[in-house]
Order: sequence, then structure tokens, then C-alpha cells
Amino acid sequence: MRIFSFNEPLNFMRFKMPALILSTLLVIASLATITVKGMNWGLDFTGGTVIEVGYSGGADLSQVRKVLADNGYADAVVQYFGSSEDVAIRISPREGIDQSTISNEILRALSATSSEPIEMRRVEFVGPSVGDELKEQGGLAMLAALIGILLYVTMRFEWRLSVGAVMALGHDVIITLGLFSLLQLEFDLTVLAAILALIGYSINDTIVVFDRIRESFRKLRDATVHETINEAVTSTLNRTVVTSLTTIIVLVVLFTMGGALIHNFAFALLFGIGIGTYSSIFVASSLAVQLGISREDMLPPPPPEKEGEGTEPLL
Amino acid sequence: MLNKNPLWRYLVVLGVLLAAFLYALPNVYPEDPALNINASRGGVVSETTRAELEQAFAAANITAKAVTLTEGQILARFGSAEDQLRAREVAERQLGSTYITALNMVPTTPGWLRAIGASPMKLGLDLRGGVHFLMAVDMKAAIDKNINDMVQAFRADLREERVRYRAVQADLERGQVQVLLRSAEDVAAARSALGKNDQELIFSDGDTEHSLVVSLSENRVKEIREYALEQNITIIRNRVNEIGVAEPLVQRQGADRIIVQLPGVQDPAQAKEILGATATLEFRLVDNDSDLGAALDGRLPAGASLYRDRNGQPYLLENRTMLTGDHITGATSGYDEYSRPQVSISLDAQGGNLLSNATRSTIGRQMATVFIEYKPGEERNEDGTPVLVKYEEVINAATIQARLGRSFRITGIDNPAEAQNLALLLRAGALIAPTQIIEERTIGPSLGKENIDLGMTAIMWGMVVVLIFMVLYYKAFGLIANVALLANLILITGFMSMIPGATLTLPGMAGIVLTVGMAVDANVLIFERIREELAEGRSVQQAIHHGYDRAFATIADSNITTLLVALILFGIGTGPVKGFAITLAIGILTSIFTSVVGTRLLVNLIWGGRRVQSLPM
Repeated sequence: MRIFSFNEPLNFMRFKMPALILSTLLVIASLATITVKGMNWGLDFTGGTVIEVGYSGGADLSQVRKVLADNGYADAVVQYFGSSEDVAIRISPREGIDQSTISNEILRALSATSSEPIEMRRVEFVGPSVGDELKEQGGLAMLAALIGILLYVTMRFEWRLSVGAVMALGHDVIITLGLFSLLQLEFDLTVLAAILALIGYSINDTIVVFDRIRESFRKLRDATVHETINEAVTSTLNRTVVTSLTTIIVLVVLFTMGGALIHNFAFALLFGIGIGTYSSIFVASSLAVQLGISREDMLPPPPPEKEGEGTEPLL
Repeated sequence: MLNKNPLWRYLVVLGVLLAAFLYALPNVYPEDPALNINASRGGVVSETTRAELEQAFAAANITAKAVTLTEGQILARFGSAEDQLRAREVAERQLGSTYITALNMVPTTPGWLRAIGASPMKLGLDLRGGVHFLMAVDMKAAIDKNINDMVQAFRADLREERVRYRAVQADLERGQVQVLLRSAEDVAAARSALGKNDQELIFSDGDTEHSLVVSLSENRVKEIREYALEQNITIIRNRVNEIGVAEPLVQRQGADRIIVQLPGVQDPAQAKEILGATATLEFRLVDNDSDLGAALDGRLPAGASLYRDRNGQPYLLENRTMLTGDHITGATSGYDEYSRPQVSISLDAQGGNLLSNATRSTIGRQMATVFIEYKPGEERNEDGTPVLVKYEEVINAATIQARLGRSFRITGIDNPAEAQNLALLLRAGALIAPTQIIEERTIGPSLGKENIDLGMTAIMWGMVVVLIFMVLYYKAFGLIANVALLANLILITGFMSMIPGATLTLPGMAGIVLTVGMAVDANVLIFERIREELAEGRSVQQAIHHGYDRAFATIADSNITTLLVALILFGIGTGPVKGFAITLAIGILTSIFTSVVGTRLLVNLIWGGRRVQSLPM
């Protein structure tokens, strides 16, 4: 069984300009959304307190809100979390008090006013300084990953491919961030991990295509740049699609069965891998072409002259 | 002949797989609910304690699987969590407050596996439940205290050297001391007087006329910070032991942070109170004039109270304190000139004066050190949290040999361990920099359990779907890829169990699921390549050979970049991100091994080196 079977290479380069225009528009739209709507930063980055409590008989949100308001937490965000038995309460950072004791107070107040015993499921408190640090670290991690990849690919391939790969990666990341901003999904540490995993996955995909491009350049001597790239992308198309498919299948499983804590992680990867697959097929190599890649750039360096070459054998 | 492999290759791969399998095996065995019983400070756990405990369990109708004594700690295993909780009550009643009981889950790894050092994977707090605190040490307070001490010391030094000054004041904002003098000669005199006692001070001219600004050298500031951090870590370690947690972790992070992890603790409020409790020290004179026996009978003399040390030895101490612990700036254990253990104590200037005055007329008398600590007691508040009870304990009594000053030592200590312990307690009572919890992550026990179950189901179903897909798509070769995938899972589990620092977290499990999806990638690359080679008209053997060889370069390049990302994640990330990075990195390495080395051997074994017309793919 094969998904695609072609006798002739597909003309991917025909979509070069449309793909580049579409991608540019998407990136601009994403950046605009991020600037206008901003990210819905999770607790890890904003600081504050999240308390998850379990009510075995189902929770009454208005009752919980009332108790919180009575105790001076009128601004608390109260939501069901995963099921109607679990309630997540989010309290924004406060100034001038020891915030680490807020969770104790709230749990005490809730259990005092509830007729049935409540269960503490999760408490997370992040101090304001920690939030800023995590944001900084996250940004740093992303930059370091991109620069590391840029250097490695330049070393192994060629600078045009390297720039193409990294720009395609930035494209994947920005559009995924844009979607999170548009839908106002919570962006926490696990989503950050997903974005970094996406960088890892997407570069993997792009490298496979680039590897083939290099090989095709060396093999097809009379072909034009476009023909060569078409041939390379076509012959790796099966692999690209099969690998993306298995990964997506697994992520769908993770999304549906992994529980509420892992939901946004799976979603970020799911969307990101879709975008990443598109960009490794259409965007990365198109960028390299626009940067002016040619066959000469891809030829192996001439072998060093061997010692004793050209002399007559003695015997 | 193409595609034939020497036997040793098969043996190596089999060996690696077998080793991984053995080390992964302990994860299959369930965990026993258990009790850990330790002696608290000074107490002893003996074989008698163990036997008594076993009898007490039997008397209460609790069947313990085993009650063992190893390395001064009793471990009792039970069949159910219910028995475990009941047993804790029994043990606490039986042993009293000098022992600490902690609930624990212990692996039931059989002896032959333990003999080769195999143990189950460590689970992160998000999977086993517990409390994670990140505490910040208030370094500003430590520096401020030092500056204030300097002010006191400078005044004393200047008076001693007869340099007249207008004022010595602390500028805490800038971390400096300003000395205001009357003339240029006085400035020079002050500089030499102060510089004599401490070479590490940095002097500069002040803003106003005839003034001197003294600041701490970078080195000194670093020392102060290090000391404050170390001191806090020691104290927190001690307190954590009191909470009764089976495998607590207290670890330094960066320049001024401390990580505290308490697995299984279900009441973060109590843990916070214990960690935040204060300990102090007091030095008091021993009252030798009154009758100790009478005091023991309840007739206390005026102006004195009864104290005890940890062995129950009574002391009659004067109510007047000579000195409190907040004047202590350092305490280290060491040896005196006769190689006997001793503890050297240094005080701030004010403390030095206080002690000097107090010991002027008391040479030859005994001075006792009392350690005061607040610990949660049996009683409970209305809201169920334990009431903090004040514990006072005499930790040392020594004869005053001479008039004491800013630094003195306690000699005549029985052994080095004792001296170390005393120095530690002295430091604990002299906490100079308070800490604050700046991050908390608590996972309730049921959520931890749920997270494991969710993770396991996701891994399982993810596997099943991928396995089915591969067989449908690549037929017999799909089966081979599936064998590689299963081997991959065993390798990941084995490695995670083997590496001491690796902990499995929920994002880590997500990492494994993701690797399952990505692990097939290498095989897909290879199989697609073989198909292409066949389509180009190569013979079956050549297609296999070239397929593997050509795909390898691609696999290496693409996986090294992903590995690079995993390493960066590991280096920069904390907590959950780190957990994810570890599984991702291990997954990449194992998947390269299984697909490039493992499946090639398998393919060669089945189709290699014989006349085959076509491949079942």
C-alpha cells in the first residue's frame, strides 16, 4: 500500500509564490493578533494562585464564587476543570501580603462552607518574580534552539538552506502562537514545551527534504533548480506524510485521552505539526530558492589531492 | 554476499535489549504501602523497638508483610493503604514523639533484581502527589544585618583606638557604612584603625567633608550570601526530617533559591508552617546554688527554671538570658590544639559586648545553651492544623574559662559528630536571612494517580494505533518496525530506570507518546528508500543494502537537530520542561538504535543473503 505513487515529479515549485505569499500573510496576521489581543499567559508566567478542588457530588460554581467573594476574593476566576466535579479557581497576584498562604485560606473557607468533604487536587502558586523569570527562560530557550539549528544546518548544508529552514521554523512557531492568541487558549509551561518540541519535529521534517535536495542536485546534472527541488520533494512526500500521519494519530490520542492538564500541549503540537508539514513541503525550499540556491552550492568539495598521485608505480 | 551480519552483532543487540528489559522490569511490580520510622534528634531505633512495634501491630490486628530494621530505620510494609494508616496511629501511640513516622510507598522489586541494581523509575510529584516548594532566601536581610553589625563594630574599634567620630551610620540602600569625622587627620586615623581589623573592607571618600564610606568587598558579599544559603538549607533539611516524609529533597538552586520536594505530603498548609517556624537560641547561666533535687520535686527557686537535655538530664537555669541566638554570626566545628572536637562561635559586636559584660564576674560557672523551636504538636486548631508547641532543650553546658568576647569556643565535646551537630544547631538558632516561598506546586494523591493512569492509557492507545497503521502500510516490514517500536519502549523504560537523575513526569509521558509517533520515522525513511531503490530496478539485496545506507545519513542529520533541541530544553528548562526533554532525548537515541541497527539485523536475518524476487512491503 502506498499513499502516493508518481511517475513524474510533481510541480511543487509552481506553488512557490502562492505559498510564500500565503505564509507571509499568515505570519503578519499572527503577529497582528499577538500584538492586538496578546497571549493568554498561564499562571506560570503571570504569577498568582490556582487551586483545583474536587466535589464528589458535583460542584456549584455560584456557591464557590459566593464563598470566595465573602472572603475577599471577588476577582477570582472560577471554572469547571475537565469535569463538573472539579473546579479550578484562579487568583491573580496580590501585592503586599504573603501570597503563599492564599491557598490555605481558600481551602479552609471552602471546606468550612461545604456540606460534603472537598478534596484538594492541586495547588499552584507562582510568585511574580518567578513568572518573569520563566518567561525570560522560555524566550531564551526558543532563541537558543533556533540559533543552534541555524549553526548546525549551516555547517552540514549551506547557508541558504539553513536560513530557509530557520525561517520556516519561525513561521511555524509564530503561526501556532498566533492561533493560541486568536483563540485565547492558555499559554503555560507545557505549551512552551510543545512549541519547543515542535521546533524539534519540524526541523527533522525539513532536514529530510533538504537532504534529498542536496542528493538530487548531485544526481540530476542537467535539471533546473526548480526541477531538482520538485523531484526531491516528490520523492520524500510519502515519508513526510506517513511520519506526520503517525505522529498526528498519536497526538489525537493524547488530546482525547491525556486529561485536562495535557490538553493544550497536545493541541499546540497537533496544529504545529500540521503547519510544520506544510512548511517543510512548500515554504522551506521555496525560501532557499528565493535566496538563490544553485547546483554549484550543493556539489561536494573536490577531494584533496592524494599523496603520490600521478607518479608511476615503482613496481 | 550482501546483507549478512556476523553473529556478534546479533549478540550485542540482544545483550543491550536484555539489559534494558531487566532494568525496566522493576516497574512492573506493584508498590507496597509502608511506614518509615526514624528516631528524631537523639533517639535510637533498635531491634527492641522493632520487635515491640511488630507486637503492637499484631495486637491491633494489623497484618504487616514485613517489619525490618536497616540503617537505623524501621520499614514496615502492609497489604493495603488502610492497614498502613491504622498502623501509623498504632506506631505513633506506641513510640511517642521522639520518633518520626512517615507514610511511604516502597517498591516490591525482588531480590535478584535489586542485586543487579535495578529499581523502578522515579515518579515526579505530578504523578505521585506531594508538595514542591521553591524558596527564596532574603539576601538583602543578610547583607543588611552584616552592615548593621559593621556599624556596631566600627564604633567599638574607633573608641578603642581613640579616634573621635561624629557619627557612624548604616546606609542599607547602598550597602555601605558612613563614618563622619571632624578632621582630615581623623579620617586617616579611622581608615587605618578600621582597616587593621579587616583587610577586606573597601574605603572611599564620602560626599561630605571629613567623611569615610566603607563598603563590603565583592568577595565578602559572596561569602555572606553563600553562608545565608547554606544555613537555610541546613535548617530546612532538619525541619523537613521532622515533617515525616519518606524521601524528601532539599536542594540548592542558583544563587539564592532552595527547592523543597515532599512526596506524599497531603497537607501543604502544615508543611508551610513547619518550614516557616522559627528556632532561637539562648545562653543562660546554670544555677548551682539552688537544690536541683528540690526543683525536681516541684519547689523551684526564685529566678530559675528547670530545663532538660535530650537525654532527659535536668538542668536548673537562671531566668535571665545572657545572650540570644540572633547575635551569633557563625558557628563551625573543628578541633582544638589537643585534637579534641570543639565548636568555634563568633558573635556580632553587640553580642560580644553583652557576653563580655555577662561573663566578667562569672568565670568558673557553667553556661548552658538552650535551643528553642516551635513544632507542630498533638493538639489541633479549630481548622484542623496542628498547634505549634514550644520545645526547649539544653544542647550544651560548658564551664566559662575566661571572660568571653566576640569569638569564643566550646571545648570538651565528646566526639566530632557531636561537635558538628552542636554547630549546626547553633547556626539554626541564629538564622540571619529569612526565606519566603515563591513557588508552590501541590498535587493531591488522587490527581497523581489519575495522571499516571491517563498517561499510561495514552501511551497504550497511541502504540496500538501506530502498530496497526504500520502493518497495514508496510505489511511484513511493518511488523518489523513494530518489533522495533516495542523494543524502543523497553529501552526507554530501562534507561529511565537506570539513570539516577531521571524522573518520569506527566510531560515526560507526553514525550514518550510523542517519541512513539516519531520513532517510526526512521523506519519509514528506510522503507521508503528501499521501495525507491526497488523501483529503480535494483535487485532485492542491493535495494536493502543501499536503502539502509542512504537513509542513515538523513536519519543522523535530522535526529541530531532534534537532539540539539532536547539538550537546549534540558539545559534551560526547569521542572516539567526538563522531564519532557529527558524522555525526548532518550527516545531519539533509542529510536535511532532500534531502527538503524535493530531492524537491519532483523531484515537481514529474514531476507538477507538469499535469492528473493520481491519484498513483502
